[in-house]
Order: sequence, then C-alpha cells, then structure tokens
Amino acid sequence: MTNTPVELVNVTIDGVEMQVPKGTLVIRAAEQIGVQIPRFCDHPLLEPVAACRACLVEIEGQPKPQPSCAVTVTEGMKVRTQHSSVVADEAQKGVMEFLLINHPLDCPVCDKGGECPLQNQAMSNGRSESRFDGPKREFEKPINVSAQILLDRERCVSCARCTRFADQVAGDPMIALLERGAHQQVGISDDDPFDSYYSGNTIQICPVGALTSAKYRFRSRPFDLVSVPTTCEHCASGCSLRTDVRRGVVQRRLAWDDAQVNEEWNCDKGRFAFPYAQEGRLTTPLVRGEDGVLHAASWPEAIAAAAAGLNKARGGRAAVLAGGRHTAEDAYALSKFARGVLGTDDIDFRARPHSAEEATFLAARVAGLGLGVTYADLEAAAHVVLVAFEPEDESPIVQLRLRKAVRRGRTHVTAVASHVTEGLYKLNASMIEAKPGAEVAALAAADINDSTVVLVGERAATVPGLLSELVRITDQAGAKLAWIPRRAGERAAIDAGLLPGLLPGGRLVTDEGARHYVASVWGVDAGLIPATAGRDFSGIVGAAAADAYEALLVTGFDVDDTAHPDATLAALQRAPFVVALEQRPTAVTALANVVLPVATVTEKSGTFINWEGRARQFAQVLRENNTLTDARVLAMIADAMDSLIGRQDVAQVREEIARLANHNGPRAAAPAVEATVVDGLTLGTWNQLLDHGTMQAGEPFLAATAREPLARVSAETATAHGLSTGDTAVISTTKGSISLTVQVIDGVDNTVWIPTNSEGSHVRVALGAAHGTPVTLSKGGAH
Amino acid sequence: MVLTPILTAHWDEADSYTLAGYKRHHGYVAFAKALKTDPDAIIQTVKDTGLRGRGGAGFPTGMKWGFVPQNDGKPHYLVVNADESEPGACKDIPLMLANPHSLIEGVAIASYAIRANHAFIYIRGEVPHVIRRVRHAVDEAYRAGLLGENIQGSGFDLDVVVHAGAGAYICGEETALLDSLEGRRGQPRLKPPFPAVAGLYASPTVINNVETIANIPYIMRNGVDWFRQWGTEKSPGFKLFAVSGHVQRPGIYEAALGTTFRELLEHAGGIRKGRKLKFWVPGGSSVPMLTEEHLDLPMTYEDMAAAGTMLGTGTPMVFDETTSVLKAVSRWLQFYKHESCGKCTPCREGTYWISDLLKRLEKGEGKMEDLGTIEDLCRQISGRSFCALGDAAATPFPAAMKFFRDEFEAGISTPADQAFNPLSSTVFVKAKG
Repeated sequence: MTNTPVELVNVTIDGVEMQVPKGTLVIRAAEQIGVQIPRFCDHPLLEPVAACRACLVEIEGQPKPQPSCAVTVTEGMKVRTQHSSVVADEAQKGVMEFLLINHPLDCPVCDKGGECPLQNQAMSNGRSESRFDGPKREFEKPINVSAQILLDRERCVSCARCTRFADQVAGDPMIALLERGAHQQVGISDDDPFDSYYSGNTIQICPVGALTSAKYRFRSRPFDLVSVPTTCEHCASGCSLRTDVRRGVVQRRLAWDDAQVNEEWNCDKGRFAFPYAQEGRLTTPLVRGEDGVLHAASWPEAIAAAAAGLNKARGGRAAVLAGGRHTAEDAYALSKFARGVLGTDDIDFRARPHSAEEATFLAARVAGLGLGVTYADLEAAAHVVLVAFEPEDESPIVQLRLRKAVRRGRTHVTAVASHVTEGLYKLNASMIEAKPGAEVAALAAADINDSTVVLVGERAATVPGLLSELVRITDQAGAKLAWIPRRAGERAAIDAGLLPGLLPGGRLVTDEGARHYVASVWGVDAGLIPATAGRDFSGIVGAAAADAYEALLVTGFDVDDTAHPDATLAALQRAPFVVALEQRPTAVTALANVVLPVATVTEKSGTFINWEGRARQFAQVLRENNTLTDARVLAMIADAMDSLIGRQDVAQVREEIARLANHNGPRAAAPAVEATVVDGLTLGTWNQLLDHGTMQAGEPFLAATAREPLARVSAETATAHGLSTGDTAVISTTKGSISLTVQVIDGVDNTVWIPTNSEGSHVRVALGAAHGTPVTLSKGGAH
Repeated sequence: MVLTPILTAHWDEADSYTLAGYKRHHGYVAFAKALKTDPDAIIQTVKDTGLRGRGGAGFPTGMKWGFVPQNDGKPHYLVVNADESEPGACKDIPLMLANPHSLIEGVAIASYAIRANHAFIYIRGEVPHVIRRVRHAVDEAYRAGLLGENIQGSGFDLDVVVHAGAGAYICGEETALLDSLEGRRGQPRLKPPFPAVAGLYASPTVINNVETIANIPYIMRNGVDWFRQWGTEKSPGFKLFAVSGHVQRPGIYEAALGTTFRELLEHAGGIRKGRKLKFWVPGGSSVPMLTEEHLDLPMTYEDMAAAGTMLGTGTPMVFDETTSVLKAVSRWLQFYKHESCGKCTPCREGTYWISDLLKRLEKGEGKMEDLGTIEDLCRQISGRSFCALGDAAATPFPAAMKFFRDEFEAGISTPADQAFNPLSSTVFVKAKG
C-alpha cells in the first residue's frame, strides 16, 4: 500500500471550521462534528441520488437549499444545517411532512417500529403535527417480491435504496421503481421474482417498514430483542453479524458493519439460515445399549461409555473425522485429543472430495500463516484471476467486493471456468474457458503477474496438478495466491492441524522439535504424538472398512457431502465403536455407539478464521440451552480416560493457540504433482449458495429463492447429444444417474455442469462423482 | 408591430414540408456554407447572435455549444428536445409538421459545429403524425445526400434518428430525456456531470429545443447583424408566439422579440367578442400568470423576468372573465400531479397534496386554512425539488393568489362551477352580445 497524502479542504459547518478530504460529501463531513442531517436515500455504500430531499442544507452562495448527500465540499465552503439555518430547518421539516402524508403511520403493527429511520427522524426533524387531512394513497398489501421478501408499498418513501443496492452492489436489478408520481412503487417484472442471493440486505437498509421478510414479519418488536455481535457460521467470507434474540429464541440475524470484511452486507444464507440450530436438535446424549438400540443417557453415563470405547483404541487404533465447520477452539481441541489422548494422526476435516496434493498445499501455503490476501487486496488489485472458484456461490462477500472493485473501473477479473455464470457476468469477467479437470493447461493464458491476485476454490482438490501449478506460477510471477474454502471452519481446521501429518500452527508431525514443543503446551508426553503422518479422510474410510480401527470419533459433517457417501457409511458401520459429536441427528447418529449433543454457534463463543486468515471472534448468544462445546465434551472424555488435557474452555484454548502461533521451524514443501489429461466429457459441479445443505434446514422461504437446478451445456455439446434447452439431460456414471432440465449456455464444449447438492441433483450420492470426473450425457424422456 | 415570417414564411405552401418545397426557398444552402466553415467559427457566430434557447429556460445557445469539450476522443451527440408537452405550448409541433427541413438542416449544422456524428430528435409519442412527417423528411435528406456518410464530399458523417417518446412530460426535462433515449425510465439525472460533459451514453451532448435549432440555418445564411435587427440586446431575434385561449384567432404568430403582448393580442383578433381579458400566461403553465395591467410588456426574456414571470416557451394562454382561476390552477396541478415522475419527495407528495386541496376548494368544500397551507406547500416545493418540474408545479397557485385571492376564498363555501358557469368559457358557447 502506498501512502499518498490526502488533499484536505477547509469547510465550515454550523460555524465549526474543519478540514476534510477533498471529495467528501457534506453530509459525511457534518457527521464528523456530530451533526446528524436527516436522510433516507443517502447510504454511504450507494451512489448519491439526492431523491428524498430530507438532507437539504444551506450553502453560502447557493440560491436554493442543497442536498448534502450529493454535494461534495469545496475549499472555503460554508454550510448551515438545520441547527443554524431556518431555511434548512424549514426545508427538512417540509420534506418530512411530505413523506408522511402518504405513509400509513401504522407503526404499532410495523416490524420497523422502534428502529425506524422514518419514525426517528420524523420525531427529530419533523413537525409535531401534520396538516394533511386528505385520503392517503393505498395499495394492496403486502405483495411478495420473492418468497422471502414482502413489500408493503404504502409504507415506501421511494428512497430507492433497495433498487440501487440491487443494481449497484448485488448486480441483481430484479427490483425497480415502476409507475410515477405518488403511484411510484418498487416492483418486479412478471414471473421474475427478486431471487437475489443478497435480497435480505434491502430489508435492512430500507429506512421504513416497506420491506420485510416472511421469516421475521410480525415475530418481534425491536425493543424486545437482545442483540449480540456474532460471526456467520456458513461460509468462509467471515461476515460480522448481529443476532437478535427474544426469550431464548433467535428471531433474526442482520449484517453488521465491518468495513474490512463484509462492509454492511451479508448473503441471504447468512441472514436467514439459522432455524437449523433451533428445531430438530439432539437434546440428550445417546448410548447404544446391549439391545443394539440408542437410548437417552445422562452425561456421566455417556461420557463413561465414550471413554471406555475410545480407551481400547488408544495408541493408533482410532481415527478422527472432523468436518470443516468447527470453530478454531473446537478444531484445536480435536487436534489435541487425537494426538495427545488417542495417539493417532489419522485425522482429517475434509469431509468432501480431497487429495494428497491438496493436503500438502494446505500444509505448505495455508496452515498457521495468519492474515494473507485480504478483501482490501482484492479491491486494490489490478487483476484478479478466479480458478475453480465461483465467488457468488462459494463466498458471496468475495463476490460483492470484487464487483465493487470492478465497478470502480480499476480491477479486471478473469475466470478460468467452464462457462459464464450469473456471478461472473456481474463481475464483467473475461473468460479463459477450461473443461472441468483441464484447468491446468488453461492457466498459461491467464496473464498472471506481480499485480495479480489468484483466488482458487475447494474443487481444485479434484484437479490433479492444479494447486501445484498455481503455486509454481504465482511464485514465479510474484503474484498473490489465496485459497478460499466453502466452509467457515476449514481455515481454522488447517491451523489446528486437522490434517494428517500436521500439528497446530503449520508444524509437522515429522518434526521432532515441533512434537516436543506442542506436547509441552498440551501437557502430554511427547511420545504420545505420532511421529509419522497418518491417513487422510478417504484413507481412514478405506482403513476402517479393513478393520484398522477400534474406534472412530466423528463430528461435524454430513455423510452425503463426503467424496463417496456409500463408503463413508460402510466405514462407520464396520467400525467397532463410533463416538459422534453432533448438533442434529444425521446419518452418523444411527451408526454411532455414543452420541453426544454439542453446541451450535449461537450457544457458544468462539472464533472462525475466514478465508483471509482473519480471526472472527464471536460471543455466546443463548445461555438457556446449557449445551457444551465440542472442546468441553472432549475434555470430559479425556478426563474419563485419565488423560488430563485441561478444561478446554474458550479462554484456555485461546491461550494455548496463542502459544502455538508464530511457528518458525520446518514447514511442508509445496506440492509438485503433474497434471493429468482427462479425455472425453467431464462433469463440472459446485454447491450453489442455496441448496440442500443441512444448515439450511427449516427455512422454506429461503429455500424457495434458490436457483433452479439445471444441467448446463454448451450449444455444440447439446447438439452432439441431441439436447436443447428444456429437454431432460441424463448425467450418468457407473454408480448412477441424475436427470435435470437442460439449459444451453455460453461455455466450453464437452462438459456438463450440474449443482452438487440441489433438488434432484445430489452428485456425491447419485454419481459418486466430483468436479472433473468423466461422465456420460444423454437425452432423457419427457420432463 | 410587424410580423417576421421567417420560420413560418412558407407554411402556407402545399409542399412546405417537402425537401423540394424547402429547397425552393434556399433550403440547405446554409448547410453547404457551414460545411466549408470552421466549426468553431459557427459556434462563435451563434454566440454572437445572442440566440437564446426557445424551450423555456432561455439559455444562450452558443454558450451551450461552447461547453462541449473538443478533441476529447469521445463521441459527441446532438439531441433535439421535441417533447413539447407543456400545457399551452404548441409551436414545435406545428413547426415540425410544416417545415421539418429547417429543423433537419439546423441539426446538420449544429452537429457539424459541435463535432457530433449522431443526432437524435426526441418527439413526444402522442403525435405520431408529426413523427411520421419528420421521419419522412429525414429520409428525404438521406436520399438527397444531405445526411449519411461523407455528406456532399465534405468528409462529415451524420446520422439522424427520430425517436418517439412514451408519453411522459418529465422527458422534456433534458436529463430525463437522455435516460428515456437510452431506454431507461425517464427520470431526471443528478447534475453534475452536466450533459455537455457526460450526457447521452456518458458522452458530451448538446440538447436544444426544436425552434432553437430551426433558427440555425437562417442565422448561418444571413448572419449576425441580420438576426440582431430584431429584438433587444438580451433577447435578440424573432420568436414563434403561439397564442391560445379566449382570443378571436388563436394561432402561431412569428414576431420580433420585444413585441408587446397587446400587439400580439391584436394580431390574434383580440379577446372573444363581448368578453374582456382576465389573465394570461406568457409561456406555458409553468410560468406565473399576468393580467391586463401587463398588456404592454414587451415579450422578452428580461422584461418578463422583471415582471416576476418568464417568457417560457413564448406561447401565451389567454383567459377571459368566464374562466374560474381556481379551476384553471386546479387543472394545472392535476397535470403536474399526473406527470410528477416520483423521484423526489417535494414534487411527488406536494403535487398530490395540493391538487387534493384544490379539488376540495373547487367543490366549495375548502377550509379557511387550506389557502395558507397551499401557499406554504408551494414554498416547500419551490427550489427544493430535484428538477424544474417541481418548481413549475409550485408556480401557478401563488401567482393566481396575487391577483384573485377572493376566488380561492370563495372555494370555502361556493363550488367553482356555481361561480363560473363552465359552459360560458367553452369555445362553442354562443358569443355574448
């Protein structure tokens, strides 16, 4: 970052002389001296529109009051706001009176009542009584602009924040202002609902109660809510959120302001997908009895049963399958429990298609490295190259930040991808077309140099040689490289060492010094920690099927997300003893010997590490449920196994993690795997943002805004297989097939793209396939 | 006063709207001359004439052209505002019907001067016959090699597109017109940037009224002194005055700027037989009304401004004593309410509220405080709305109150139709006496 001196200008506001950077809007300058000018259409992250006229102020030399939201300060400017100008005060009061004449004033039944800018500013900057006694304009209410978003048009003040957000920030101009005059209203095109991934933000920035969510409408009053700052548990974007609770129940979540990360936005999944933590939870420990059936058990009984089973597996006869959704603290405790208590290095968080090359890459280039490429770097980059990564689906705030950068005109995005997606279109991305599995060869055309940031996604793991080549190219060019996982817990899992061969902080199990240091922090015998790398996820699954283990410790993933769900299930079935730490009943529950219910993100404090490597600490929202974290449960089991690893509460774990940071010793070397050539038709796939993910359960309004699962093929590929848009395509492997409606798109030939885990398209379960897998394509019967 | 038939000189000829008819009277001679002239010299000529915009605001045309940055590597555009929709204004549409080639030749010269290779004529959509006629004239000009590529071997290319609006008054506001032309919903844009810097497709754009552009060929042919023989220092030249309302011969009278309204009225045959002038509006409903005491005011930008009104479009509406001022103002407010684009609060809500109060007064159901309220609402709109439409909507009431307060006060108890028989103000009512 270069430090260019900021040019300052002198401005006087209400008699207060001040200096602000040139280009500052008058309304922002006033904020700096604590002068709040009323506003509706103004929003710091949207372009000025000067439509509502609530912010009129007097500027010396101007014959008319000026909108302070659209006028930038100039040298020597003298501004008088409502505090020192009768003209400004009268103008503001006049606008406020106008805004209320057609507003229903139904505050007592409106969701916004109590946190409403119109309500507040009518009190602070309005007349005490309205002179209007005529009939108000009426509309049918409410109307759905999407399954989730409801619109009460009579409440709208036409500030156009929502439509400008949709157009400028999200790039989803599916809502617009229609009609004119007092009949002006927000609306959608017929049969084209506002199914934007970011639609919920419009509710939050609506300065009145015109936009509400089906999820929250009429559920609560703002003054009955207790608000807690939290971090989103869904993807690795790391959004700052505010969680609002009423009587022990989460009512809603809002995007919270974090200029470095999510600015003031979040995605609809982060906003609405929280009911999974409220309904259908496991409430008591379960222990499988002599009768082979799971019975509710007390905690001491369940802990004793788990300890007994795991005791038999000590010294390398156990494995840990962890999932990618743990907090840093829980992931750390799992790592410690595996090595320090069970004495195994057979541990992996990658409950998804993965590779040894990926594990090496993560150990070499991600583990323990802290803050790397940041959102600010994306915004400042001249060129961003996306490889095997679809930001809108996989890390939606990365998408927003890239769009912001692109709209500023200084950043260019190139995508190495099979087709132009909705998301890439909104980034105005240049395409380097690559068949899934053939990305390595395409990289040469990407013009990667020292002002390039390369972002690579999780499906790079299934393209042999891709991560190796990216490391080589970016190192050579001096470019920045960032790996962006899909799940909130993956970065922390890597830092904690939930990978075979990897100890916390990027240390290697093969490094004797590291083993001793880690053991000293853990307070365990260094000899307990295996000195050779263990098996990865698929290795564990295979070994379990071959009776390698006495016990499996399983926590935090959906079997159907794993590379081969059948094999995973078979391994769990085969294992003599399975301990499951779970939030909700899953396929694992039915196969476990001991099931221990653990806290969801609302019930604990913790830390997520987002894709940047930024620690995102959050506070506990709910105390009522009295649930335990994974870390606390593991500590109790360890106690019962006479292996003292401490309480493992958040404070203790954080202190230990801090001691294990800043590793300067040997690290893994970058992978060097040769690319392979994949002939024939291959599968392209990733998880769409809104799909059948377990953590989206229980929110039908959100689910209804998901994109329609379609099989996307190029025109030439479609023709070659006798397909056209609207036909049914059958995508098959030796394992099975998926039938989906065809969409002919602009993209590379000899590939078919389908969503990984959407309605009618469960790629892992049905096909046992991953991105880049050869598949066959044919035409199905009438759809 | 003498009439100055220049634009209107040959409107009575059967083929006035054809290329042949236009050429018979030196048509396109000015364009040929322009093509041999330095574009900057043309801009200077227009500056020297002091020609002011005929669309209502009266901005100096040459200065507007001079704002366009040259050698900036961007395309430039000329846009002709032919969205004549102002209540009372009816001059551009007859001009385009009777003499469309004067407009097209003006477009060609203006485009050449500002280095535009693409010009648009944005005509209100409600007048398909005019759109057809202008399109026909443009086709003729193309066929005659007066438009298109390398015009007359000069190396100058010009394409002219005739675009039909979709029925919104707001699209006469120049930036809303640009949005509409770009295919968006017509709403005024935030300025700056001004169109001369970033107008159509974010490129430098000049937007001129039909009549303004139609003046150009005559100026080009006859020069600055010729043009300045009429009018005043600040309002040079001649103008189409479209006189409508309660006069004997409503119509378009082309006369020198500075002609008094009394003279114009005489040309129009005076007030209807047996009636007398009650009030008149010099240039469309958006400018304040005047009365009999203002009959001798010269029709110039500066004299009208001094009298507290504006020359506007220069299309006086004349009302005799059979007219209810209250009803006239109420109709205008209904118009502004209907046409308010909705973008800004004062105009959107203010026109809704005021027209509601005026309707109440019209029915004789007003309240005493309504008059004060409306006056205050007009103050809240004027100068506080986003564009001039709001200012225009706030104009008629205060002006009318100045002269006819009693009529509005009567609205508290007497329906306007009772005070003024609506039949008596119609054109088909039998002349009195």
